[in-house]
Amino acid sequence: MLTFLVFFPVVGALVIASLPRDQERQAKWMALGVTATVLIVSLIIFAAFDRNAEGLQFAQRYRWLRAENVGFDVHYFLGVDGLSLTMVILTTFLFIVATLISWNIELRPKEYFAWILALETGVLGVFTAQDLILFFLFWEIELLPMYFLISIWGSGRKEYSAMKFLLFTISGSALMLVGFLALAFSANPSTFDMQALQGAHLSSTVLPLPLIFFLIFAGFAVKLPVVPFHTWLPDAHTDAPTAVSVILAGVLLKMGGYGMLRILAGIMPKTAQDYAVWLASLAVISIVYGALMVFRQRDLKRLIAYSSVSHMGYVLLGIAALGQVGLTGATLQMFSHGIITGLLFVMVGLIYDRAHTRSVDELSGLAHVMPVIAVGMVLAGLASLGLPAMSGFVAEVMVFLGAAGRFQAPTILAVVAIVLTAGYILWMLRRVMFGPVNERWMALPDAVAWWEQVPIAAMLAVILAVGIYPARLIDVIQQGIFPIASRLG
Amino acid sequence: MLQDLDRIGPELILMVAAGCVLAVGLLDRERERAWLPFGALGGLAASAIWCVVLVLRHRQAVVFSGTFSLDTFSIFFVFLFIGVAGLVVIASADFVKKLRYQGEFWAVLLLATAAMMLLSGARDLILIFVALEMSSISQYILAAFLRDDRATEAGLKYILLGAIASAVILYGMAFLFGISGTTKLVSADGGPSIASLVSQADPGTRAALIAAIVLLASGFSFKVALVPFQMWVPDVYEGAATPVAAFLSVASKAAGFAVIMRVFYEGFGPHSFVGSDWSNVFAGLAAVSMTAGNIMALLQTNIKRLLGYSSIAQAGNIAVGVAAIAASKDGLAIGPSGVTFFLAAYAFTNLGAFFAILAISQRIGSDKIEDYAGIARRAPLLAGVLAICFVSLTGLPPSAGFWGKLYIFNAAIHSDLAWLVIVAVVNTAISFYYYLRVVGTMYLSPPSEEGEISASPMLSTAVAGAGLGVLVLFVLPWPLLHAAERAVHALG
Repeated sequence: MLTFLVFFPVVGALVIASLPRDQERQAKWMALGVTATVLIVSLIIFAAFDRNAEGLQFAQRYRWLRAENVGFDVHYFLGVDGLSLTMVILTTFLFIVATLISWNIELRPKEYFAWILALETGVLGVFTAQDLILFFLFWEIELLPMYFLISIWGSGRKEYSAMKFLLFTISGSALMLVGFLALAFSANPSTFDMQALQGAHLSSTVLPLPLIFFLIFAGFAVKLPVVPFHTWLPDAHTDAPTAVSVILAGVLLKMGGYGMLRILAGIMPKTAQDYAVWLASLAVISIVYGALMVFRQRDLKRLIAYSSVSHMGYVLLGIAALGQVGLTGATLQMFSHGIITGLLFVMVGLIYDRAHTRSVDELSGLAHVMPVIAVGMVLAGLASLGLPAMSGFVAEVMVFLGAAGRFQAPTILAVVAIVLTAGYILWMLRRVMFGPVNERWMALPDAVAWWEQVPIAAMLAVILAVGIYPARLIDVIQQGIFPIASRLG
Repeated sequence: MLQDLDRIGPELILMVAAGCVLAVGLLDRERERAWLPFGALGGLAASAIWCVVLVLRHRQAVVFSGTFSLDTFSIFFVFLFIGVAGLVVIASADFVKKLRYQGEFWAVLLLATAAMMLLSGARDLILIFVALEMSSISQYILAAFLRDDRATEAGLKYILLGAIASAVILYGMAFLFGISGTTKLVSADGGPSIASLVSQADPGTRAALIAAIVLLASGFSFKVALVPFQMWVPDVYEGAATPVAAFLSVASKAAGFAVIMRVFYEGFGPHSFVGSDWSNVFAGLAAVSMTAGNIMALLQTNIKRLLGYSSIAQAGNIAVGVAAIAASKDGLAIGPSGVTFFLAAYAFTNLGAFFAILAISQRIGSDKIEDYAGIARRAPLLAGVLAICFVSLTGLPPSAGFWGKLYIFNAAIHSDLAWLVIVAVVNTAISFYYYLRVVGTMYLSPPSEEGEISASPMLSTAVAGAGLGVLVLFVLPWPLLHAAERAVHALG
């Protein structure tokens, strides 16, 4: 089941890539079919998931490389627990959104959808892999599709941004690989099996454990991103096509947070406890710096990008709290940020398609011209600043509750930063949506096509559903968080 | 004596085949000459079959008074060299048709292969030197085969520097002979040998041993292109014909590392009192090679020079595995088995890259990277194979190179060489930039000309075969991994 889930997209990608040239129109329908199938499969898994059972479910495990006598035993090992499953649902949902909002893409559509689907395989693999090497493998597979998606279908300094994204990520992941190898060797018997490592007693054999911890942290910190490793993100967001921005903010950043939860907190709980203050400090720096940078932005995409940096800081803060509530909050924050920011990028993309500008200074009074987009944008903005009854509120409250007991000052700073961001987002919304009507934008059409309206409605529905009745999702998340939190003691 | 001749049958068959090809080539008639590449392939196939028969009849033994060992290690390399030579023959068949001296080209290629096979089984300093010279001289000839200005310069540079390297190796061997009184690396019957000398751990011999280690490591580093003994590489790769450069970059490197593993793991021994000394030598060479090779590669505009520098950096990666002496469990050294696996994966990868470049360059008439703009749309297969080979050289999935690097890094981590692995992964990130720049040029830039580029059927087969090998070894690495581990058992 999980194998099908992970590899069906890439099979679809191969089929699409081999379509004859005169049937390029078919590509988007096939991509929609594939992403819809994957979404349905993931929902079936969600429905069939036993929230009361412990441990992994739907696990599949086969030996891939057999050399256990030299500590190099790689398994093809997929499985989901509540933590993975939440991320999987987020991924499958956002990929179908990404497919829909790319509906009228003109340039080389066949390759475009093939790369999108290849990317989906990489991301789903990261969230379901239970073997460090397999995890790393999927982690790297995601790079090439992203490079091509940004550098072919992007705008502005697209090749520079794509390269920057790639070099940042690969530098981080290279250090992460050293960390993984050293980590596997620190356990006795040495293994790459993440489940076995979780219970294993670790000792500093080749490298001191804190060094291993921060080598691995480097890989995840680039991805999340944590200030000061964040500079690739605004560039990549600004120059990426809309759908790729949605995926980047919605899913790829979560790979960093997921890795921290699963591998740093899950496998190295003692070291994580020792260095929690450092993580919390980095988190607050990210939150405050991101929030302050938001004030300087005039480009809507860069603005959202920096608000993402700030929001990802909350994830790190929740993780640094290293308790049941904080970790659950961090996971929920990842899920809800994925959908909220995804929605924001969708709306900005729609505006940009019509007005061909993303400048806050130029846009004004759009609510009068395009009411549907305005509603979507305003609701997404409100959700983003954490309005109650929306998913962001629940997540942030949990993060603050989790962190407050442990780090008072950082939590207060973080709460202050949230107010700053809220003020700025409201100001931006007022200006872009409700300012004086500008003649220039009078003739612009609203979002009328089904492929524009369906994803907006679906995303709003999810945001509200999680905001009003979070228990269904939190139960699932807790199933995954509980074993991690209990090992943290 | 004579009854042992069958154990070097694979080598003898190739030498006979070389003679036959040479003779037929003299006929100077087009019809006969068209069959030459198939003759060479036939010779390689016969050699491989002979080797299979040897394995099936369990003929493994140390023969010729302990100078030659037919064991899992040499058998692995026999198959590797035959495979590499076979792919090179298939890929260069059309290219060679344009040459005047066709029979000579194939004969020298087969002789070089036979010499390398002999080298991988050599357990005696004299046989090592003879086989090394035989393969080196064949390679000098191949490098200069085009006989234009560039090729002549390449050949001359190669032979001059190569002669110095040989002298250095010989000097190192003289030290060893001087203190041990024997040329045997190991001796089965407990007689005098370098291994037994080293195991006595006599402090009086230490200085001489270290001198020998440094000299031998320097000389062999020339053959495998480790910095600072790499000067010949970019010029030779650029000047020599592309199939020759492909052969040199893969086979010569594999042979060099085979002999390094023989001499250092069998002779000096990883756990002896000089073990950490030679491990440090190789760790240093590895760090310098990776860094220098990658930084120089960043500056290249010619794709063959780029591959030249990249192969220097790759030699550094492989040397990481050689340096990982302490990594062993149950007597099985995982450093060398990583090296052995890497060499095979690297063979497919680098051959694929060179063949694709050969096919593309023949049509566009240029080796400049900027002229590769938009090649992906004109030649999807060739560009695809080149891209996957570059991914593999970087060490990213989904490719054989991923497992190769992972295995070697894992061995080094086990061997307390974490600093070296950090150098290596930082270098991996650097190398990603220049490999990706070529891939980006092929896929992102608009083509300067229109029109499909297609390679001849033989060349396409070789390109597709190598590319497929890179992918298959990613999905199913364990048969080769298993073979590599068994091969290393022979090193004891």
